Amino acid sequence: MSSDNKKVLFGPVVDNNPIALQVLGVCSALAVTSSMANALVMTIAVMLVTAFSNLFISAIRNQIPSSVRIIVQMAIIASLVIVVDQVLKAFSYQLSKELSVYIGLIITNCIVMGRAEAFAMKEKPGVSFLDGIGNGLGYGAVLLVVAFFRELLGFGTLFGIEILQLTQNGGWYQGNGLLVLPFSSFFIIGLTIWAIRQWKPEQVEED
Amino acid sequence: MEHYLSIFIKTIFIENMALSFFLGMCTFLAVSKKVSTAIGLGVAVVVVLGLAVPANQIIYQAILAPGALDGMMGITDPANSIDLSFLSFITFIGVIAALVQILEMILDKYFPALYQALGIFLPLITVNCAIFGAVSFMVAKNLTLGESVVYGIGSGVGWMLAIVLMAGLREKMKYSDVPNGLKGLGITFITAGLMAFGFLSFGGISL
Repeated sequence: MSSDNKKVLFGPVVDNNPIALQVLGVCSALAVTSSMANALVMTIAVMLVTAFSNLFISAIRNQIPSSVRIIVQMAIIASLVIVVDQVLKAFSYQLSKELSVYIGLIITNCIVMGRAEAFAMKEKPGVSFLDGIGNGLGYGAVLLVVAFFRELLGFGTLFGIEILQLTQNGGWYQGNGLLVLPFSSFFIIGLTIWAIRQWKPEQVEED
Repeated sequence: MEHYLSIFIKTIFIENMALSFFLGMCTFLAVSKKVSTAIGLGVAVVVVLGLAVPANQIIYQAILAPGALDGMMGITDPANSIDLSFLSFITFIGVIAALVQILEMILDKYFPALYQALGIFLPLITVNCAIFGAVSFMVAKNLTLGESVVYGIGSGVGWMLAIVLMAGLREKMKYSDVPNGLKGLGITFITAGLMAFGFLSFGGISL
């Protein structure tokens, strides 16, 4: 793999993270991170939608008139999300119930739209596809970090497997009730951003 | 009347779009630097939500809901019943985009002052997940037309309340001594988390 492609693929994970730096796609990051399984499904869904919407939009980028491009992008993204939603309903109904409206909300997830507008409209299909995968990975990295802390410290489990035995099951660990509540992900993301910026000081904002 | 009032209060405080469901977070975090712009965006969101939720309610119940078209097509056998609900995502986003576009034209023609004030915010609203989220919740909760009007306006007002409060806090925060890595986005996340914590206390109110 050439170094350019590598940069497109792995750049968004830390250097140019969609959530931590570009403030895109935050909504779902907060709401679906109560367990690792939910976060993983959401990550895969967003990654696939971003990658394929980038691929299709980039393939027809020269045919899209710029005045109606938003509508065209929306139509492509919405169709992809419908496919994801139907597949999820067919194969994992329980998960699709848990994620409820948040799967549909991938349509308005700014990562998908933002990448289509900023990258796929200018670049070739192959590299756009990689960019979609990369941004999906960057999004997923934050999601999985948040879900890891919430599930481990809140419920004492990871992917539903018991790691820290809770007191009510005769173990020693007292679950942290705060981390069970969805808004705790605000704090975890805030602290994650702090950690990333300590490591990469050039991301610090001046105000 | 009482029923509508309780829906209204519930959507503003208990089921606040921004702080309980984390919808519209991208704009919530990005456009909350100044109180005046926050108010402008908030008003635009209230208007669009107040129109989009009932409009989509009508379309969903009349066309997309399972069995809605049967009467018109003369289908009596339940086995042949038409279910177009899988098309709901793409329809909703289309309706929202069209509505925003029409609203923009009307404001430009008849209320130029308001149009100038709202400026860039109107087109941005199409991709605000609060709108799409409220529409999805409307379908999930199976609201009637009257309820959906109240639900739309209520959730808009709740979102506006949250973003104006946030902007007020951030204006004051300019004078605070925030650690370097937390400046900007990091501290905003943590503040939003604390606000959501506060709003959690409304959850105890029973209506």
